[in-house]
Amino acid sequence: MENIYMLLEMLLPFEWVEHTFMKNAFLAVLLVTPLFGILSTMVVSNRMAFFSDSLGHGAFTGIALGAILGMGSPLASLIIFSLVFALLITYIKNNSRTSADTVIGVFSSTAVAVGLMLMSRGGGFNKFSSYLIGDILSITPEDLAALLLVFIVVVTAWAFLFNRLLVLSINASFAGSRGIHVFLTESLFAALLAVVVAVSIQWVGLLIINSLLVLPAAAARNAASGVKEYHLLSVGTAMISGVTGLISAYYFNMAAGAAIVAAAAVIFFATWMLRGKFLNKT
Amino acid sequence: MFKSILHHSAASGDDCSKVCCTKIENFGVGFGETKLFSGVNLHVHCGQLTAVIGPNGAGKSTLLKAILGEVPHEGKLNYIDAKGKHTGHPVIGYVPQYLRFDVSAPASVMDIFMACLSGLPVWLCSSQKLRARVKEDLARVKAEHLIDRRLGALSGGELQRVLLALALDPMPDLLLLDEPVSGVDHNGLVLFYQILAELREKEDIAIILISHDLHLMAKHADQVVLMDHGVVTCGTPKEVFGNPRTQEIFGLITELPDEEAV
Repeated sequence: MENIYMLLEMLLPFEWVEHTFMKNAFLAVLLVTPLFGILSTMVVSNRMAFFSDSLGHGAFTGIALGAILGMGSPLASLIIFSLVFALLITYIKNNSRTSADTVIGVFSSTAVAVGLMLMSRGGGFNKFSSYLIGDILSITPEDLAALLLVFIVVVTAWAFLFNRLLVLSINASFAGSRGIHVFLTESLFAALLAVVVAVSIQWVGLLIINSLLVLPAAAARNAASGVKEYHLLSVGTAMISGVTGLISAYYFNMAAGAAIVAAAAVIFFATWMLRGKFLNKT
Repeated sequence: MFKSILHHSAASGDDCSKVCCTKIENFGVGFGETKLFSGVNLHVHCGQLTAVIGPNGAGKSTLLKAILGEVPHEGKLNYIDAKGKHTGHPVIGYVPQYLRFDVSAPASVMDIFMACLSGLPVWLCSSQKLRARVKEDLARVKAEHLIDRRLGALSGGELQRVLLALALDPMPDLLLLDEPVSGVDHNGLVLFYQILAELREKEDIAIILISHDLHLMAKHADQVVLMDHGVVTCGTPKEVFGNPRTQEIFGLITELPDEEAV
Protein backbone atom coordinates (compact mmCIF):
# COMPACT_ATOMS: atom_id res chain seq x y z
CA MET A 1 0.00 0.00 0.00
CA GLU A 2 2.85 2.38 0.93
CA ASN A 3 4.43 1.82 -2.48
CA ILE A 4 1.21 2.68 -4.25
CA TYR A 5 0.86 5.85 -2.17
CA MET A 6 4.42 6.89 -3.07
CA LEU A 7 3.81 6.20 -6.72
CA LEU A 8 0.67 8.33 -6.64
CA GLU A 9 2.53 11.20 -5.00
CA MET A 10 5.25 10.98 -7.62
CA LEU A 11 2.88 10.86 -10.56
CA LEU A 12 0.44 13.46 -9.27
CA PRO A 13 2.28 16.35 -7.63
CA PHE A 14 -0.88 18.13 -6.44
CA GLU A 15 -1.95 19.34 -3.05
CA TRP A 16 -4.91 16.96 -2.73
CA VAL A 17 -2.71 13.89 -3.18
CA GLU A 18 -0.92 14.62 0.10
CA HIS A 19 -3.88 13.36 2.15
CA THR A 20 -4.14 9.63 2.62
CA PHE A 21 -7.95 9.72 2.52
CA MET A 22 -7.74 11.39 -0.90
CA LYS A 23 -5.29 8.79 -2.17
CA ASN A 24 -7.67 6.04 -1.01
CA ALA A 25 -10.65 7.80 -2.57
CA PHE A 26 -8.73 8.28 -5.82
CA LEU A 27 -7.84 4.57 -6.02
CA ALA A 28 -11.44 3.62 -5.22
CA VAL A 29 -12.68 5.87 -8.04
CA LEU A 30 -10.23 4.22 -10.46
CA LEU A 31 -11.53 0.78 -9.45
CA VAL A 32 -15.25 1.46 -9.32
CA THR A 33 -15.98 3.87 -12.17
CA PRO A 34 -14.82 1.49 -14.96
CA LEU A 35 -17.31 -1.06 -13.60
CA PHE A 36 -20.11 1.47 -13.83
CA GLY A 37 -18.91 2.26 -17.34
CA ILE A 38 -19.14 -1.30 -18.65
CA LEU A 39 -22.32 -2.28 -16.81
CA SER A 40 -24.09 0.87 -17.89
CA THR A 41 -23.72 -0.06 -21.59
CA MET A 42 -26.21 -2.89 -21.14
CA VAL A 43 -28.39 -1.04 -18.62
CA VAL A 44 -28.99 1.60 -21.27
CA SER A 45 -29.21 -0.71 -24.30
CA ASN A 46 -31.65 -3.04 -22.56
CA ARG A 47 -33.74 -0.20 -21.11
CA MET A 48 -33.04 -1.28 -17.55
CA ALA A 49 -32.62 2.16 -15.98
CA PHE A 50 -35.68 1.63 -13.81
CA PHE A 51 -34.41 -1.76 -12.68
CA SER A 52 -31.00 -0.43 -11.72
CA ASP A 53 -32.74 2.42 -9.89
CA SER A 54 -34.69 -0.11 -7.84
CA LEU A 55 -31.41 -1.73 -6.75
CA GLY A 56 -30.48 1.52 -5.03
CA HIS A 57 -33.88 1.59 -3.34
CA GLY A 58 -33.53 -2.03 -2.28
CA ALA A 59 -30.36 -1.01 -0.49
CA PHE A 60 -32.47 0.94 2.03
CA THR A 61 -33.75 -2.33 3.46
CA GLY A 62 -30.38 -4.03 3.12
CA ILE A 63 -28.60 -1.39 5.17
CA ALA A 64 -31.32 -1.26 7.82
CA LEU A 65 -31.35 -5.04 8.18
CA GLY A 66 -27.58 -5.04 8.56
CA ALA A 67 -27.79 -2.52 11.38
CA ILE A 68 -30.56 -4.42 13.17
CA LEU A 69 -28.84 -7.78 12.88
CA GLY A 70 -25.85 -6.12 14.48
CA MET A 71 -23.26 -6.70 11.81
CA GLY A 72 -20.23 -4.47 12.21
CA SER A 73 -20.26 -3.28 8.62
CA PRO A 74 -23.62 -3.44 6.88
CA LEU A 75 -21.84 -4.41 3.64
CA ALA A 76 -22.38 -8.17 3.99
CA SER A 77 -26.10 -7.88 4.64
CA LEU A 78 -26.33 -5.23 1.93
CA ILE A 79 -24.75 -7.48 -0.70
CA ILE A 80 -26.85 -10.49 0.28
CA PHE A 81 -30.07 -8.50 0.37
CA SER A 82 -29.34 -6.76 -2.95
CA LEU A 83 -28.65 -10.10 -4.63
CA VAL A 84 -31.87 -11.64 -3.33
CA PHE A 85 -33.79 -8.51 -4.29
CA ALA A 86 -32.37 -8.39 -7.84
CA LEU A 87 -32.88 -12.10 -8.48
CA LEU A 88 -36.43 -12.01 -7.12
CA ILE A 89 -37.38 -9.15 -9.44
CA THR A 90 -35.79 -10.93 -12.41
CA TYR A 91 -37.62 -14.16 -11.54
CA ILE A 92 -41.03 -12.56 -11.14
CA LYS A 93 -40.57 -10.41 -14.24
CA ASN A 94 -39.90 -13.57 -16.26
CA ASN A 95 -42.65 -15.67 -14.73
CA SER A 96 -45.64 -13.40 -14.64
CA ARG A 97 -47.54 -11.57 -17.29
CA THR A 98 -47.44 -8.32 -15.33
CA SER A 99 -45.36 -5.68 -17.04
CA ALA A 100 -41.76 -5.36 -15.87
CA ASP A 101 -42.34 -1.71 -14.92
CA THR A 102 -45.07 -2.64 -12.48
CA VAL A 103 -43.11 -5.50 -10.90
CA ILE A 104 -40.07 -3.28 -10.40
CA GLY A 105 -42.20 -0.41 -9.07
CA VAL A 106 -43.87 -2.65 -6.50
CA PHE A 107 -40.59 -4.09 -5.23
CA SER A 108 -38.79 -0.80 -5.27
CA SER A 109 -41.34 1.11 -3.23
CA THR A 110 -41.80 -1.78 -0.80
CA ALA A 111 -38.07 -1.88 -0.17
CA VAL A 112 -37.92 1.86 0.45
CA ALA A 113 -40.87 1.69 2.85
CA VAL A 114 -39.51 -1.27 4.82
CA GLY A 115 -36.06 0.31 4.93
CA LEU A 116 -37.39 3.64 6.19
CA MET A 117 -39.52 1.91 8.83
CA LEU A 118 -36.56 -0.04 10.15
CA MET A 119 -34.18 2.92 10.02
CA SER A 120 -36.51 5.36 11.74
CA ARG A 121 -37.34 2.90 14.53
CA GLY A 122 -36.65 4.65 17.83
CA GLY A 123 -35.85 7.93 16.06
CA GLY A 124 -32.40 6.80 14.96
CA PHE A 125 -32.59 7.80 11.31
CA ASN A 126 -29.75 10.30 11.43
CA LYS A 127 -27.02 7.73 11.71
CA PHE A 128 -28.06 6.42 8.28
CA SER A 129 -28.08 9.76 6.55
CA SER A 130 -24.49 9.35 5.34
CA TYR A 131 -25.79 6.56 3.09
CA LEU A 132 -28.07 8.98 1.32
CA ILE A 133 -25.31 11.19 -0.04
CA GLY A 134 -22.36 8.85 0.42
CA ASP A 135 -18.92 9.44 1.83
CA ILE A 136 -16.10 8.55 -0.52
CA LEU A 137 -13.47 10.01 1.84
CA SER A 138 -14.10 7.25 4.41
CA ILE A 139 -12.60 4.47 2.29
CA THR A 140 -10.02 2.31 4.07
CA PRO A 141 -7.25 0.16 2.53
CA GLU A 142 -9.34 -2.93 3.48
CA ASP A 143 -12.24 -1.52 1.45
CA LEU A 144 -9.85 -1.05 -1.46
CA ALA A 145 -8.84 -4.69 -1.30
CA ALA A 146 -12.50 -5.70 -1.42
CA LEU A 147 -13.04 -3.33 -4.36
CA LEU A 148 -10.13 -4.89 -6.23
CA LEU A 149 -11.72 -8.30 -5.76
CA VAL A 150 -15.08 -7.03 -7.05
CA PHE A 151 -13.29 -5.39 -9.99
CA ILE A 152 -11.67 -8.68 -11.02
CA VAL A 153 -14.89 -10.65 -10.61
CA VAL A 154 -17.00 -8.19 -12.62
CA VAL A 155 -14.53 -7.80 -15.49
CA THR A 156 -14.09 -11.58 -15.75
CA ALA A 157 -17.85 -12.14 -15.65
CA TRP A 158 -18.34 -9.44 -18.26
CA ALA A 159 -15.96 -11.25 -20.63
CA PHE A 160 -18.17 -14.32 -20.45
CA LEU A 161 -21.54 -12.64 -20.20
CA PHE A 162 -21.46 -9.74 -22.62
CA ASN A 163 -21.95 -11.62 -25.92
CA ARG A 164 -24.95 -13.42 -24.50
CA LEU A 165 -26.44 -10.18 -23.22
CA LEU A 166 -25.97 -8.54 -26.60
CA VAL A 167 -27.77 -11.40 -28.39
CA LEU A 168 -30.45 -11.35 -25.72
CA SER A 169 -30.94 -7.64 -26.26
CA ILE A 170 -32.08 -8.33 -29.84
CA ASN A 171 -34.93 -10.63 -28.88
CA ALA A 172 -35.40 -13.23 -26.14
CA SER A 173 -36.78 -15.93 -28.43
CA PHE A 174 -33.96 -15.35 -30.87
CA ALA A 175 -31.43 -15.74 -28.06
CA GLY A 176 -33.19 -18.93 -26.98
CA SER A 177 -32.99 -20.30 -30.52
CA ARG A 178 -29.21 -19.85 -30.31
CA GLY A 179 -28.95 -21.89 -27.13
CA ILE A 180 -28.70 -18.99 -24.70
CA HIS A 181 -30.33 -19.57 -21.35
CA VAL A 182 -32.37 -16.37 -21.07
CA PHE A 183 -33.22 -16.44 -17.37
CA LEU A 184 -29.72 -17.47 -16.30
CA THR A 185 -28.11 -14.70 -18.37
CA GLU A 186 -30.50 -12.04 -17.07
CA SER A 187 -30.02 -13.25 -13.50
CA LEU A 188 -26.24 -13.12 -13.72
CA PHE A 189 -26.39 -9.59 -15.08
CA ALA A 190 -28.81 -8.57 -12.33
CA ALA A 191 -26.47 -10.14 -9.76
CA LEU A 192 -23.47 -8.22 -11.11
CA LEU A 193 -25.42 -4.98 -10.95
CA ALA A 194 -26.57 -5.75 -7.42
CA VAL A 195 -23.03 -6.41 -6.19
CA VAL A 196 -21.55 -3.30 -7.78
CA VAL A 197 -24.37 -1.12 -6.44
CA ALA A 198 -24.05 -2.66 -2.97
CA VAL A 199 -20.29 -2.14 -2.66
CA SER A 200 -20.31 1.40 -3.97
CA ILE A 201 -23.44 2.77 -2.37
CA GLN A 202 -21.77 3.90 0.85
CA TRP A 203 -19.40 6.10 -1.12
CA VAL A 204 -21.62 7.32 -3.93
CA GLY A 205 -24.85 7.59 -1.99
CA LEU A 206 -28.31 6.04 -2.36
CA LEU A 207 -29.85 9.04 -4.03
CA ILE A 208 -27.58 9.24 -7.05
CA ILE A 209 -26.12 5.77 -7.50
CA ASN A 210 -28.39 5.05 -10.45
CA SER A 211 -27.06 8.04 -12.37
CA LEU A 212 -23.69 6.31 -12.57
CA LEU A 213 -25.38 3.31 -14.19
CA VAL A 214 -27.13 5.45 -16.78
CA LEU A 215 -25.08 8.54 -17.60
CA PRO A 216 -21.79 6.99 -18.84
CA ALA A 217 -23.46 4.84 -21.50
CA ALA A 218 -26.03 7.51 -22.30
CA ALA A 219 -23.16 9.87 -23.08
CA ALA A 220 -21.19 7.18 -24.95
CA ARG A 221 -24.06 6.26 -27.25
CA ASN A 222 -24.18 9.83 -28.50
CA ALA A 223 -20.83 9.24 -30.13
CA ALA A 224 -20.23 5.48 -30.52
CA SER A 225 -21.12 3.38 -33.53
CA GLY A 226 -19.89 -0.02 -32.41
CA VAL A 227 -19.62 -2.11 -29.26
CA LYS A 228 -15.91 -1.43 -28.73
CA GLU A 229 -16.28 2.33 -29.06
CA TYR A 230 -19.34 2.16 -26.84
CA HIS A 231 -17.36 0.48 -24.05
CA LEU A 232 -14.34 2.70 -24.46
CA LEU A 233 -16.34 5.92 -24.34
CA SER A 234 -18.59 4.72 -21.53
CA VAL A 235 -15.65 3.67 -19.34
CA GLY A 236 -13.84 6.86 -20.31
CA THR A 237 -16.81 9.02 -19.36
CA ALA A 238 -17.21 7.24 -16.03
CA MET A 239 -13.52 7.50 -15.13
CA ILE A 240 -13.04 11.10 -16.23
CA SER A 241 -16.14 12.24 -14.36
CA GLY A 242 -15.04 10.16 -11.36
CA VAL A 243 -11.65 11.85 -11.14
CA THR A 244 -12.92 15.36 -11.96
CA GLY A 245 -15.78 14.97 -9.50
CA LEU A 246 -13.48 13.80 -6.71
CA ILE A 247 -10.96 16.61 -7.19
CA SER A 248 -13.57 19.35 -7.50
CA ALA A 249 -15.35 17.97 -4.43
CA TYR A 250 -12.07 18.32 -2.51
CA TYR A 251 -11.42 21.90 -3.57
CA PHE A 252 -15.01 23.11 -3.19
CA ASN A 253 -15.77 20.96 -0.12
CA MET A 254 -18.86 19.21 -1.54
CA ALA A 255 -20.23 15.66 -1.60
CA ALA A 256 -17.96 13.73 -3.98
CA GLY A 257 -20.66 11.37 -5.27
CA ALA A 258 -22.81 14.27 -6.38
CA ALA A 259 -19.87 16.02 -8.02
CA ILE A 260 -19.02 12.86 -9.97
CA VAL A 261 -22.59 12.53 -11.24
CA ALA A 262 -22.67 16.23 -12.17
CA ALA A 263 -19.46 15.82 -14.17
CA ALA A 264 -20.95 12.83 -16.00
CA ALA A 265 -24.07 14.88 -16.72
CA VAL A 266 -21.94 17.65 -18.23
CA ILE A 267 -20.29 15.09 -20.54
CA PHE A 268 -23.69 13.71 -21.48
CA PHE A 269 -25.11 17.09 -22.47
CA ALA A 270 -21.95 18.03 -24.38
CA THR A 271 -21.99 14.79 -26.42
CA TRP A 272 -25.75 15.08 -26.87
CA MET A 273 -25.41 18.46 -28.51
CA LEU A 274 -22.59 17.19 -30.73
CA ARG A 275 -24.15 13.82 -31.54
CA GLY A 276 -25.09 14.83 -35.10
CA LYS A 277 -21.41 15.36 -35.85
CA PHE A 278 -20.36 12.03 -34.36
CA LEU A 279 -22.97 9.80 -35.95
CA ASN A 280 -23.10 11.25 -39.46
CA LYS A 281 -20.37 8.95 -40.60
CA THR A 282 -22.53 5.85 -40.35
CA MET B 1 -61.99 -29.84 -37.81
CA PHE B 2 -59.23 -28.90 -35.48
CA LYS B 3 -57.42 -32.19 -35.73
CA SER B 4 -56.31 -32.41 -39.29
CA ILE B 5 -53.09 -34.00 -40.37
CA LEU B 6 -51.46 -32.15 -43.20
CA HIS B 7 -50.76 -33.84 -46.47
CA HIS B 8 -49.64 -31.35 -49.00
CA SER B 9 -50.04 -32.36 -52.59
CA ALA B 10 -46.52 -31.48 -53.67
CA ALA B 11 -44.45 -34.00 -55.58
CA SER B 12 -42.28 -35.06 -52.67
CA GLY B 13 -45.05 -37.29 -51.41
CA ASP B 14 -46.97 -37.19 -48.22
CA ASP B 15 -44.97 -39.51 -46.05
CA CYS B 16 -41.75 -38.71 -44.30
CA SER B 17 -39.77 -41.69 -45.50
CA LYS B 18 -38.10 -40.29 -48.60
CA VAL B 19 -37.11 -36.74 -47.75
CA CYS B 20 -36.09 -35.08 -44.56
CA CYS B 21 -39.08 -33.87 -42.69
CA THR B 22 -40.09 -32.20 -39.47
CA LYS B 23 -43.22 -33.65 -37.93
CA ILE B 24 -45.16 -31.53 -35.51
CA GLU B 25 -47.48 -33.91 -33.71
CA ASN B 26 -50.50 -32.85 -31.76
CA PHE B 27 -49.10 -29.54 -30.53
CA GLY B 28 -51.10 -27.58 -28.00
CA VAL B 29 -50.39 -24.56 -25.84
CA GLY B 30 -52.37 -23.12 -22.98
CA PHE B 31 -51.72 -20.43 -20.43
CA GLY B 32 -53.49 -21.36 -17.21
CA GLU B 33 -57.07 -22.33 -17.93
CA THR B 34 -57.28 -20.98 -21.46
CA LYS B 35 -56.16 -23.08 -24.38
CA LEU B 36 -54.52 -20.96 -27.04
CA PHE B 37 -54.53 -23.79 -29.56
CA SER B 38 -54.54 -27.57 -29.58
CA GLY B 39 -54.26 -30.53 -31.90
CA VAL B 40 -51.90 -28.95 -34.37
CA ASN B 41 -50.32 -31.52 -36.69
CA LEU B 42 -47.96 -30.40 -39.43
CA HIS B 43 -45.44 -32.10 -41.66
CA VAL B 44 -42.84 -29.75 -43.00
CA HIS B 45 -40.55 -31.06 -45.72
CA CYS B 46 -37.12 -29.81 -46.61
CA GLY B 47 -36.91 -27.36 -49.45
CA GLN B 48 -40.51 -26.32 -48.95
CA LEU B 49 -42.08 -23.14 -47.71
CA THR B 50 -45.02 -23.49 -45.36
CA ALA B 51 -47.02 -20.32 -44.81
CA VAL B 52 -49.05 -19.89 -41.63
CA ILE B 53 -51.88 -17.40 -41.95
CA GLY B 54 -54.70 -16.46 -39.63
CA PRO B 55 -56.27 -13.59 -37.70
CA ASN B 56 -54.38 -11.75 -34.97
CA GLY B 57 -54.27 -13.68 -31.72
CA ALA B 58 -54.81 -17.00 -33.47
CA GLY B 59 -51.68 -18.45 -31.89
CA LYS B 60 -49.34 -18.23 -34.88
CA SER B 61 -46.37 -16.68 -33.10
CA THR B 62 -46.91 -18.93 -30.10
CA LEU B 63 -46.83 -21.98 -32.38
CA LEU B 64 -43.36 -20.91 -33.55
CA LYS B 65 -42.25 -20.38 -29.97
CA ALA B 66 -43.57 -23.83 -29.05
CA ILE B 67 -41.57 -25.32 -31.94
CA LEU B 68 -38.52 -23.46 -30.62
CA GLY B 69 -39.19 -25.04 -27.23
CA GLU B 70 -39.52 -21.66 -25.55
CA VAL B 71 -43.18 -22.06 -24.63
CA PRO B 72 -44.25 -25.19 -22.71
CA HIS B 73 -46.48 -27.26 -24.97
CA GLU B 74 -48.21 -30.59 -25.51
CA GLY B 75 -47.24 -32.84 -28.36
CA LYS B 76 -43.99 -33.88 -29.96
CA LEU B 77 -41.54 -32.57 -32.51
CA ASN B 78 -39.81 -35.18 -34.64
CA TYR B 79 -37.13 -34.55 -37.18
CA ILE B 80 -36.22 -37.20 -39.70
CA ASP B 81 -33.35 -36.66 -42.11
CA ALA B 82 -33.15 -37.65 -45.79
CA LYS B 83 -31.95 -41.19 -45.04
CA GLY B 84 -35.03 -41.83 -42.98
CA LYS B 85 -33.06 -42.00 -39.75
CA HIS B 86 -34.67 -40.49 -36.75
CA THR B 87 -32.34 -37.68 -35.72
CA GLY B 88 -34.13 -36.10 -32.80
CA HIS B 89 -34.36 -32.35 -32.63
CA PRO B 90 -33.64 -30.30 -35.74
CA VAL B 91 -31.34 -27.30 -35.78
CA ILE B 92 -33.77 -24.39 -35.79
CA GLY B 93 -33.13 -20.89 -37.07
CA TYR B 94 -35.48 -18.13 -35.96
CA VAL B 95 -36.15 -14.61 -37.21
CA PRO B 96 -38.19 -12.64 -34.67
CA GLN B 97 -41.10 -10.33 -35.34
CA TYR B 98 -40.19 -7.68 -32.80
CA LEU B 99 -36.83 -6.45 -31.66
CA ARG B 100 -36.47 -5.82 -27.98
CA PHE B 101 -33.32 -3.98 -28.88
CA ASP B 102 -33.18 -0.25 -28.71
CA VAL B 103 -31.96 -0.01 -32.31
CA SER B 104 -30.24 3.30 -31.71
CA ALA B 105 -27.86 1.52 -29.34
CA PRO B 106 -24.32 1.39 -30.66
CA ALA B 107 -23.78 -2.04 -32.13
CA SER B 108 -22.66 -2.79 -35.66
CA VAL B 109 -23.82 -5.72 -37.76
CA MET B 110 -20.38 -7.30 -37.27
CA ASP B 111 -20.72 -6.91 -33.47
CA ILE B 112 -24.01 -8.81 -33.45
CA PHE B 113 -22.61 -11.61 -35.61
CA MET B 114 -19.56 -11.89 -33.39
CA ALA B 115 -21.74 -12.05 -30.29
CA CYS B 116 -23.70 -14.92 -31.85
CA LEU B 117 -20.85 -16.88 -33.37
CA SER B 118 -17.90 -16.38 -31.08
CA GLY B 119 -17.07 -16.87 -27.45
CA LEU B 120 -14.59 -14.00 -27.51
CA PRO B 121 -16.01 -10.90 -25.84
CA VAL B 122 -17.04 -8.42 -28.52
CA TRP B 123 -15.99 -5.43 -26.40
CA LEU B 124 -12.41 -6.67 -26.14
CA CYS B 125 -11.48 -8.74 -29.18
CA SER B 126 -11.83 -8.72 -32.93
CA SER B 127 -11.24 -11.56 -35.34
CA GLN B 128 -10.33 -11.35 -39.02
CA LYS B 129 -11.17 -15.00 -39.56
CA LEU B 130 -14.66 -14.44 -38.25
CA ARG B 131 -15.04 -11.37 -40.43
CA ALA B 132 -14.56 -13.48 -43.56
CA ARG B 133 -17.23 -15.90 -42.37
CA VAL B 134 -19.64 -13.05 -41.61
CA LYS B 135 -19.08 -11.62 -45.09
CA GLU B 136 -20.06 -14.98 -46.55
CA ASP B 137 -23.14 -15.11 -44.32
CA LEU B 138 -24.17 -11.63 -45.37
CA ALA B 139 -23.51 -12.36 -49.06
CA ARG B 140 -26.15 -15.08 -48.81
CA VAL B 141 -28.75 -12.37 -48.16
CA LYS B 142 -27.11 -9.79 -50.45
CA ALA B 143 -26.06 -7.61 -47.55
CA GLU B 144 -22.26 -7.85 -47.40
CA HIS B 145 -21.98 -4.06 -47.75
CA LEU B 146 -23.79 -3.67 -44.40
CA ILE B 147 -21.14 -5.37 -42.25
CA ASP B 148 -19.88 -2.22 -40.52
CA ARG B 149 -23.19 -0.37 -40.34
CA ARG B 150 -24.83 0.44 -37.07
CA LEU B 151 -28.06 -1.57 -36.54
CA GLY B 152 -29.94 1.68 -36.03
CA ALA B 153 -28.83 2.94 -39.44
CA LEU B 154 -30.41 0.01 -41.31
CA SER B 155 -33.76 0.18 -43.09
CA GLY B 156 -36.50 -2.30 -42.10
CA GLY B 157 -35.68 -4.55 -45.05
CA GLU B 158 -31.94 -4.45 -44.43
CA LEU B 159 -32.42 -5.29 -40.76
CA GLN B 160 -34.60 -8.29 -41.59
CA ARG B 161 -32.03 -9.57 -44.09
CA VAL B 162 -29.29 -9.23 -41.48
CA LEU B 163 -31.41 -11.14 -38.96
CA LEU B 164 -32.09 -13.79 -41.62
CA ALA B 165 -28.36 -14.12 -42.24
CA LEU B 166 -27.85 -14.58 -38.49
CA ALA B 167 -30.49 -17.32 -38.38
CA LEU B 168 -28.69 -19.11 -41.25
CA ASP B 169 -25.37 -19.56 -39.45
CA PRO B 170 -25.17 -22.37 -38.46
CA MET B 171 -27.39 -23.56 -41.33
CA PRO B 172 -30.62 -24.78 -39.75
CA ASP B 173 -32.76 -27.75 -40.80
CA LEU B 174 -35.84 -25.72 -40.07
CA LEU B 175 -36.16 -21.97 -40.44
CA LEU B 176 -38.93 -20.12 -38.58
CA LEU B 177 -39.86 -16.64 -39.76
CA ASP B 178 -42.33 -14.63 -37.67
CA GLU B 179 -43.78 -11.96 -39.94
CA PRO B 180 -40.32 -11.16 -41.22
CA VAL B 181 -41.49 -8.56 -43.69
CA SER B 182 -43.71 -6.29 -41.62
CA GLY B 183 -42.65 -2.72 -42.23
CA VAL B 184 -40.62 -3.56 -45.33
CA ASP B 185 -41.15 -1.70 -48.60
CA HIS B 186 -42.09 -3.39 -51.88
CA ASN B 187 -38.55 -3.76 -53.25
CA GLY B 188 -37.45 -5.16 -49.91
CA LEU B 189 -40.28 -7.72 -50.05
CA VAL B 190 -39.40 -8.93 -53.53
CA LEU B 191 -35.75 -9.26 -52.57
CA PHE B 192 -36.62 -11.11 -49.37
CA TYR B 193 -38.72 -13.73 -51.17
CA GLN B 194 -36.09 -14.07 -53.87
CA ILE B 195 -33.53 -14.87 -51.15
CA LEU B 196 -35.89 -17.41 -49.58
CA ALA B 197 -36.40 -19.11 -52.96
CA GLU B 198 -32.62 -19.38 -53.44
CA LEU B 199 -32.22 -20.78 -49.94
CA ARG B 200 -34.79 -23.52 -50.48
CA GLU B 201 -33.13 -24.52 -53.69
CA LYS B 202 -29.49 -24.39 -52.59
CA GLU B 203 -29.61 -25.37 -48.95
CA ASP B 204 -32.70 -27.57 -48.97
CA ILE B 205 -34.04 -26.27 -45.68
CA ALA B 206 -37.64 -26.28 -44.55
CA ILE B 207 -39.19 -22.89 -43.88
CA ILE B 208 -42.23 -21.99 -41.80
CA LEU B 209 -43.31 -18.41 -42.39
CA ILE B 210 -46.00 -16.36 -40.70
CA SER B 211 -47.34 -13.68 -42.97
CA HIS B 212 -50.30 -11.44 -43.59
CA ASP B 213 -49.42 -10.96 -47.22
CA LEU B 214 -51.79 -13.40 -48.90
CA HIS B 215 -50.73 -12.44 -52.43
CA LEU B 216 -47.10 -13.29 -51.88
CA MET B 217 -48.02 -16.42 -49.95
CA ALA B 218 -50.15 -17.60 -52.86
CA LYS B 219 -47.17 -17.12 -55.15
CA HIS B 220 -44.35 -18.55 -53.04
CA ALA B 221 -45.73 -21.06 -50.55
CA ASP B 222 -45.86 -24.81 -51.13
CA GLN B 223 -48.40 -25.30 -48.41
CA VAL B 224 -50.60 -22.88 -46.53
CA VAL B 225 -51.92 -23.43 -43.00
CA LEU B 226 -54.87 -21.40 -41.80
CA MET B 227 -54.76 -21.12 -38.03
CA ASP B 228 -57.40 -19.89 -35.66
CA HIS B 229 -56.83 -21.51 -32.24
CA GLY B 230 -55.87 -24.67 -34.07
CA VAL B 231 -55.50 -25.65 -37.70
CA VAL B 232 -58.67 -24.66 -39.57
CA THR B 233 -57.57 -25.85 -42.96
CA CYS B 234 -54.37 -26.56 -44.81
CA GLY B 235 -53.14 -27.63 -48.20
CA THR B 236 -51.84 -26.00 -51.35
CA PRO B 237 -52.42 -22.25 -51.61
CA LYS B 238 -55.18 -22.97 -54.14
CA GLU B 239 -57.03 -25.30 -51.78
CA VAL B 240 -56.74 -23.04 -48.77
CA PHE B 241 -57.66 -19.81 -50.49
CA GLY B 242 -60.59 -21.56 -52.14
CA ASN B 243 -61.89 -22.80 -48.78
CA PRO B 244 -65.05 -21.07 -47.53
CA ARG B 245 -63.55 -20.82 -44.02
CA THR B 246 -60.64 -18.78 -45.38
CA GLN B 247 -63.08 -16.51 -47.17
CA GLU B 248 -65.04 -16.20 -43.93
CA ILE B 249 -61.99 -15.16 -41.89
CA PHE B 250 -60.36 -12.95 -44.47
CA GLY B 251 -63.64 -12.05 -46.17
CA LEU B 252 -63.46 -8.36 -45.39
CA ILE B 253 -60.01 -8.10 -46.89
CA THR B 254 -60.61 -7.69 -50.59
CA GLU B 255 -57.11 -8.66 -51.57
CA LEU B 256 -57.69 -12.42 -51.61
CA PRO B 257 -55.52 -13.82 -54.37
CA ASP B 258 -57.42 -14.81 -57.49
CA GLU B 259 -56.88 -17.98 -59.48
CA GLU B 260 -54.26 -16.50 -61.78
CA ALA B 261 -52.02 -15.52 -58.93
CA VAL B 262 -52.20 -19.07 -57.70
